[in-house]
Amino acid sequence: MGKARAFLVSALTLLLARRRRPSLAPGERERIVPEPPHGYDAELLAIGLFLASAACALAFVVVYVLDRLPAHTQLLGLALGLSFAFFAAGLIVIAKRLIATEELEDDYPEHEHPAEQERIVQVVEESGLTRRRLLLLALGAAGGSLGVALLAPAASLGPVIHVARFYLTPWRRGTRLVDDHGRPLRADQIEEKTFYTAFAEGADKEQLPSSLVVVRLRRDQLDLPSESAGFDADGIVAFSKICTHAGCAIALYRAPMFEPTDPKPALVCPCHYSTFDPATGGTVTFGPAGRKLPMLPLEVDPKGFLRARGNFDGPVGPSWWGVRLKEPTT
Amino acid sequence: MRRLVLIALLALAATPAARAGDVTRGEHLYGRYCLSCHGANGAGTNRGDRKGPPLRGVGALAPDFYLRTGYMPLQDAGDQPRRSRVLFSEQEIEALVAYVASLGQGPGVPRPHPERGSLSDGQQLFTDHCAGCHQVVTEGGYLTGGVAPPLEEATATQVAEAIRIGPYVMPRFSPRQLSPHDVDSIVRYVQWAKHPDDRGGWAIGHLGPVPEGLITWFLAAATLVAVCMVIGRRLRSG
Amino acid sequence: MIRGLVRFVDQRTGTAPFLRKTLRYLFPDHWSFLLGEVALYAFVVLVGTGIYLTLFYEDSTATVVYHGGYAPLQGQEMTHAYRSVLDLSTNVKAGLLIRQTHHWAANVFIAAIVLHLLRIFFTGAYRKPRELTYWIGLTMLLTSLLEGYLGYSLADDLLSGMGLAIGYAVAMSIPFVGANLAALIWDGPFPGSHAFFPRMYIVHVLVIPLLLATLLAVHLALVALKHHTQFRNDPRATERKLVGVPTFPGQAPRSLGLFMATAAVLFLLGGLVQINPIWLWGPYHTYSATNGAQPDWYLGWLIGALRIVPGFDLTIGGYTLVPNPFWGGAALPLVFFAFLYLWPFLERRFVTRDYGYHNLLDRPRDAPLRTAIGMAVLTEVFLVFLAGSADRVDVFFGLPYVPQVWAYRVLVLVGPVLAALLAHRVCVELQRGERVEHERKRAERLARGRA
Repeated sequence: MGKARAFLVSALTLLLARRRRPSLAPGERERIVPEPPHGYDAELLAIGLFLASAACALAFVVVYVLDRLPAHTQLLGLALGLSFAFFAAGLIVIAKRLIATEELEDDYPEHEHPAEQERIVQVVEESGLTRRRLLLLALGAAGGSLGVALLAPAASLGPVIHVARFYLTPWRRGTRLVDDHGRPLRADQIEEKTFYTAFAEGADKEQLPSSLVVVRLRRDQLDLPSESAGFDADGIVAFSKICTHAGCAIALYRAPMFEPTDPKPALVCPCHYSTFDPATGGTVTFGPAGRKLPMLPLEVDPKGFLRARGNFDGPVGPSWWGVRLKEPTT
Repeated sequence: MRRLVLIALLALAATPAARAGDVTRGEHLYGRYCLSCHGANGAGTNRGDRKGPPLRGVGALAPDFYLRTGYMPLQDAGDQPRRSRVLFSEQEIEALVAYVASLGQGPGVPRPHPERGSLSDGQQLFTDHCAGCHQVVTEGGYLTGGVAPPLEEATATQVAEAIRIGPYVMPRFSPRQLSPHDVDSIVRYVQWAKHPDDRGGWAIGHLGPVPEGLITWFLAAATLVAVCMVIGRRLRSG
Repeated sequence: MIRGLVRFVDQRTGTAPFLRKTLRYLFPDHWSFLLGEVALYAFVVLVGTGIYLTLFYEDSTATVVYHGGYAPLQGQEMTHAYRSVLDLSTNVKAGLLIRQTHHWAANVFIAAIVLHLLRIFFTGAYRKPRELTYWIGLTMLLTSLLEGYLGYSLADDLLSGMGLAIGYAVAMSIPFVGANLAALIWDGPFPGSHAFFPRMYIVHVLVIPLLLATLLAVHLALVALKHHTQFRNDPRATERKLVGVPTFPGQAPRSLGLFMATAAVLFLLGGLVQINPIWLWGPYHTYSATNGAQPDWYLGWLIGALRIVPGFDLTIGGYTLVPNPFWGGAALPLVFFAFLYLWPFLERRFVTRDYGYHNLLDRPRDAPLRTAIGMAVLTEVFLVFLAGSADRVDVFFGLPYVPQVWAYRVLVLVGPVLAALLAHRVCVELQRGERVEHERKRAERLARGRA
């Protein structure tokens, strides 16, 4: 009797309880995403934007084919860019007007999982391997050595140990100076208040020590230090064209028109404005260069051509740890 | 008929004199505007704060350049001459040029022929001799102690003149170093560089990465941040 | 139709539960959270346009005489590398568009990362548990700087060639190992052997993109695993509860729209605004230079630093310990990145003593010390940047260069301190203002309650 009553009560409760929820039509289910807004205007706008995007994409292909059009690159960019822009606009309209704006809540994940962490540690420890210290050490040594060994062939990428090449120049006593086209330079063609770019005859012009900047100063302008006494050839002085700061070409010569008012002659690098004084053998007068410009001693041969009398008085190019340790070699 | 011939002869007689410039007038102008720094008869001065190079033997080339660019007259002797408003009229310039040219034998005003030059040679010559100061597409540049001006306003004649003079701290390239044909090529290149090949679009000054960086931040990044603000704003204010 | 597709995928991969979770994954909503996405989309454009470029580029430094359609370079000697980029820009339909879009994308990519980094830093998003995500992000920034540099150097034009020489000089300037390192990278002294350009090329198109893609994947995975941080701007948002917009349908059109907008900006720039016109610069030669040469914007701080450091090599007897370019070219970025990497540690050890987890973000004013220090570093970088433009300022505005250099030398020491003090003051004042406002509102409510 009590059981039948209990059954009736629970059945009734269930039936009544069900009625209280909003009734669903047959086949309908509970919504996850809320009802989107109707927005027929917005839909029309989005459709328009997408059609515009398609039109621009088509225009892009047409412009691509018609390659005789002027400002071709500009038209291509405009067409493709606008196609993307209209597409973006259409999507933004959808995002803001045609879908429900949901702001939902969720939990951040657990900070950590102590139980799982413990299990991991336990598994590792129970394996017994962690207690065999010597074994692990040997394993580590093998792994480390193997790793280092595998890296060794990287040394073949370049002369990492033999840095002798950094001192090498194509200049030796008698090497002729030639211009950009390979024609030898004559001493009597070198004029004052201008500059010349010269190279070592027979050398690769792109190698840093090959290029020179040559200028002529008057004897009374020259003030060479004792180490470079006589490096000039009748006032003609030659320096490496490569700045000792960061390796740019010294393509600037400051040649005063009127000495009483204008700045002194100087070789200037256009990268960071290191300024070198040709009159004193290439000393740095301004800028971040930490080393004077290497000077090449010159002589004039019997035929009147300019030749090197020896090598530079310092290695060419940007400084490095050994730049003051050795003289340049040939 | 005879009257016509007479008129024609008179006209012919008159024009060369006008083109050659009035030397006397030039001397007068020189006395007013140039003498204090350049000295009597172009001897030059080197005293006190009035200093100026001698002008004997500079011919017509130099004064033509300095006057037509407005480099001269110069306010302070130590200043770098810069392109400025030309104070003189055409006749006054011709007069001064004639006077200075008369001070000694010197080169005449050059007549470059850029159409005879090679654009490619010009590009290479300009890069080798000029780009270090004037920048590879003539946008000008800095050097310790001076500024190499942009060449946008330079006429063909002025370029040819500057090459031979080497004003202020610019090197001086003689015909032995840069032949007249070389100068033609360089002038052709300089003229081309006033409207270079900008097939990529808006050239933003032909200076490279600095204006490109400004566009990146003030155009592209700014636009994209604005787009983010449009997208990211929720309908409910918060 | 959708049901058919979903069924197909789930039957073959079993991923329906994962996909359902992904569809309803929540994105906290603030515009500044989208900056990382902008970088991501710029990266996609970079890879897409980059693949196209690889199909035309020749990585050879063997020389050839140019006989093509571009008149100013007719008959000039140049490398195959330069010639291939010249041909792509002048001879290939849409070639210049793709090339310029690629270059603009690189510039915008790094700008977006920097903006994203600023957001991360000034809101404290790098704090526990997101330090790994932050470090990966920093590594991606560092890698991108190198990637961009290598990318524009591949063209072998006058400007980028000068930049490569400077990079070589910075490598050479590293104490003890500089020359050895440079010799290794370049296979000998500059300009290096014929192997150097192929090396640059393969690093730029394979090694670094793979690295970036991997780091990106891990970065995004970490963000998803720990979920995104959020501001306190919703009453429901707490350290434990995340409030946001689900992936679908909410976030998807927005993210996609942002992608399209990024692509739009990049392609519009690529067609309409000229960038790196290598045909104007001419080919690189070690003996050539032009005035006004600059690196791309993200390396501009280095040229500024290289210019204002006074001229000295640090020597001990005949041994050159620290050549000059090291300070501006290597030490500055080293210190800057070291500071950024170490900052989460430094902050919790010395500034806040806060070792806890944080899912909620600070507004900059909520952390005055962090904001002050961040502003100091930002000011320093910005000043060094400005120093690099001092020569053009002289050319354009007549402000003499040498005094500018001296001014910047003083400013880089004094400026950051001033910026820090100012920023701190502003934060404190803003907080004070808010407190006053809060008190005022409370008093009003109480008064109304009594009435």
